[in-house]
Amino acid sequence: MSNILEISGVNLSFGGLKALDDVNLTVKAGTVHAIIGPNGAGKSTLLNGIIGKLAIDSGSIDFNGKSMLGVQPHEINQLGISRVFQTPEIYGDLTLLENMMIPLLAHRDGAFRLNLWSRGDQQRDILEKAQHFLDDMNLWTKRDVSAGSLSRGDKRRLELAMCLSQEPKLLLLDEPTAGMARADTNNTIDLLKTIAGRGITMAIIEHDMHVVFSLAERISVLAQGHVIVEGLPDEIKGDPRVKEAYLGGAEV
Amino acid sequence: MAKSTITPRSDLTLFLGFTAVVLLMPLWLQPFGAAYPDLMQKFAIFGLFAIGFNILFGQTGYLSFGHAAFIGVGSYATVWVFKLMTMNVIPAMIFGVLVSGVFALVIGFVCLRRTGIYFSILTLALAQMSYNLAYSVLTPITNGETGLQLTTKDPRLLDTAMEVGSGIPPTNVFGIEMSAWDGLFGFYFCAVFLILGFYISIRITRSSFGSMLRGIKTNQTRMMYTGLNTKPYKLAAFVISGMYAGLAGSLMAAVDPLAGAERMQWTASGEVVLMTILGGIGTLVGPVIGAAVIKYAENIFSAIDKSVLVDLFSFMPDAIGSGLAAVTSLFVGKGWHLTLGILFMLVVIYLPGGIMEGIDRIKRRLVGKDHASNDA
Amino acid sequence: MDAIFLQILNGLDKGGAYALIALGLTLIFGTLGVVNFAHGALFMLGAFCAVTVNKAITLSAKVRDESVTFFEAYKDVPYLEMWLGETGSLIIDWSIPISLVVAIPVMLGVGLTMERGLIRHFYKRPHADQILVTFGLAIVLQEIVKAFYGANPIPQTAPDLFSGTLNLGGLIGMDLTYPTWRLVYFIFSMGIIAAVFSFLQFTTFGMVVRAGMADRETVQLLGINITKRFSIVFGLAAVVSGLAGLMYTPILPPDYHMGMDFLVLSFVVVVVGGMGSLPGAVAAGFLLGILQSLASMTEVKSIFPGIDQIIIYLIAMIVLLVRPRGLMGRKGVMED
Repeated sequence: MSNILEISGVNLSFGGLKALDDVNLTVKAGTVHAIIGPNGAGKSTLLNGIIGKLAIDSGSIDFNGKSMLGVQPHEINQLGISRVFQTPEIYGDLTLLENMMIPLLAHRDGAFRLNLWSRGDQQRDILEKAQHFLDDMNLWTKRDVSAGSLSRGDKRRLELAMCLSQEPKLLLLDEPTAGMARADTNNTIDLLKTIAGRGITMAIIEHDMHVVFSLAERISVLAQGHVIVEGLPDEIKGDPRVKEAYLGGAEV
Repeated sequence: MAKSTITPRSDLTLFLGFTAVVLLMPLWLQPFGAAYPDLMQKFAIFGLFAIGFNILFGQTGYLSFGHAAFIGVGSYATVWVFKLMTMNVIPAMIFGVLVSGVFALVIGFVCLRRTGIYFSILTLALAQMSYNLAYSVLTPITNGETGLQLTTKDPRLLDTAMEVGSGIPPTNVFGIEMSAWDGLFGFYFCAVFLILGFYISIRITRSSFGSMLRGIKTNQTRMMYTGLNTKPYKLAAFVISGMYAGLAGSLMAAVDPLAGAERMQWTASGEVVLMTILGGIGTLVGPVIGAAVIKYAENIFSAIDKSVLVDLFSFMPDAIGSGLAAVTSLFVGKGWHLTLGILFMLVVIYLPGGIMEGIDRIKRRLVGKDHASNDA
Repeated sequence: MDAIFLQILNGLDKGGAYALIALGLTLIFGTLGVVNFAHGALFMLGAFCAVTVNKAITLSAKVRDESVTFFEAYKDVPYLEMWLGETGSLIIDWSIPISLVVAIPVMLGVGLTMERGLIRHFYKRPHADQILVTFGLAIVLQEIVKAFYGANPIPQTAPDLFSGTLNLGGLIGMDLTYPTWRLVYFIFSMGIIAAVFSFLQFTTFGMVVRAGMADRETVQLLGINITKRFSIVFGLAAVVSGLAGLMYTPILPPDYHMGMDFLVLSFVVVVVGGMGSLPGAVAAGFLLGILQSLASMTEVKSIFPGIDQIIIYLIAMIVLLVRPRGLMGRKGVMED
């Protein structure tokens, strides 16, 4: 199994605050890798570094052997990394169908294409794919609804559909069940299990341990900007260092 | 859920309907007292301007307060061709549109480095700078305050080569004078461009490019992380809208061969904002309607003076009649800007979708809730 | 050297006007989060307060002009002069300071009404909508003024005491004459700025406003009713702008359009100074006023013709591109 994402020696400081301190993390292709840790540990910062939102100070981030440093966010996506945001980021004013068309067009045509002429609603291949992915999430019947009017759960599914439609090699999820009730959380877990079952590599930041232990094949624990433990779920469960990171010690 | 009512068929109907309405203007505008070529030309010219502006504002979500600068550039470039080359408007206008396109490319590149209010203020600053440059600095090119005009001393190289006679010849399209058919030729010339410009805007809106613009307006962040480089899309939208404005400016010069700096003031840019909002931002037809309404009001409303009102109210007892005339006179004639301002505020507060939204609401009441608008 | 110094002085009064308008704009933007395109109109309304008071004070009756003997000539004699003689003329002479007193409650009222009636409903709406509705309001306000006062500028005069010129040379060893009123204006604007800053710094109300400017949400979460204070802040900004316009009337005869003219420049000032920074707005106002003044010197213009017209915009462009948060802007305000 190859390493799809290799993060080594990453440092990132904001002013005087060291948010990431010599972070080392490897995600193997085809696995579900969870990143957990107390608040302020640097999880979101790390994610932002991977997708190109933040520039790291030193270290390396390699995706399939290629360095991601200094690469623009849209190029990083074109290379195969997709991100699901904490609050579902969709195009609220557009219909679901149009929401799907944008990522599909980006996947097919690249970062920029001056196509002023061909009608969006006549592109067979795009429409078929849109139907396929919306159906997957049981959203095809709502395709003409404005995305902003969806429930939170449906927005999450739409976002997942949008990400999956680009056939990503690595899917990054930032607290996908944040703020969800039990039932919704379980639905999301099932959904993510299905996606993982298709062989898509996933890296998930999560707080909900139930979610983590239902899905993760490997877990990295981040505390105060540093990976303190990494291993199999069973190894992490009993590790005293993890307990201490969450309960004892200073919270950043 | 109701299936989307936007189809190539519905768009064709819309286009044909629009074309018919425009071509028949000299007829149906008669009862409104607006069927004279000068005014109808203005409808077409400003309609074009507003359509282009809408692509940047309504579709992409970028509010520019400087688009009048492109009208100015288009006008000046066109008049220069008149002076140097020929009075044939076609080559002149081609040049005008190209020059304004290049100008828009430069300005857009600078301004689009920022978003939101910063972008708007940048466009405002650049536009005012262009206006000041045209008014007092670049006077060799623009002739400053007096404006750029034709003289008998102009070289007009191409024309003299083909011996078109002396004096200042009128503008023409390969020989047919713009003032032909009692001026109606000039109108139909502009109308053709309006119809073409409308068609192009339909294609752009329905294209994948259009989807990207709408994506930028709604959630630019998402677009970046979905693999799209938003910069060239925004720049393209800016240049396209700048070229529409340049075309409008060129047409202005074609029907009336002079160019003045006042066309470039930021208040002129403000006018197109009003037109677009009033008509219906983001819609296809809205901006044209807005442009027509405002130009109509400007020419008709502002010509109503107190005596007309006194006549209007003469059926009432004297005191009430003259009182009403006095009050309403504040809102027409020279005071029509007041009416415009109030109307604009009401639209922004209560009917942000403009006239098109109003029509939509009425349609729903009459036809029932299932009927969705078939205009994007 | 004298010339440069004189030009710097010349830039101070215009700079003062810019600074005051920009101050109000920043207060409104920083506290309420609203972009107010009607702010220039407030400047204009203040100026027309002076015009109105002046018109009221100088209400006249036609009286036979005795000095003209070969036909019956009439002249306008203000009632105040007729009834109160010397005192009357004195009152008329001091019409501008008197209108200052009148303008404060008037502008406060205008500001409060604007905020309660209109601005309040636009807090949650996007900036574009705020710009549009206040733009519309600015048009309405200027048209109303135009309807009542006509389209021509209406010159106003400063009190006699301040109408002449001062020779400042003595103080610095140079020969320098400078119109007194412009100096008065500069001192006045500094005074207002000092008053506003003291208010913000030393009163509890001001403290809450400053906190709100830094972090509105937290202040609200602390249970402080920020909305009531919004009205007052808006009213305050209106007063500052209005008074700035009022005192400016002897320098520039007011006309209905002056609001729009100053508005564009004021926004540029705010952007250069940094949106959300009060000291930035003031500093940028004076800086740009002086720069504009220096740019209009003949020596400068001979190298760069017309530079005075465009220098402010050029600087704004450069600042916006190189340092978008402005000279003193806070990080995170309206950043990409």
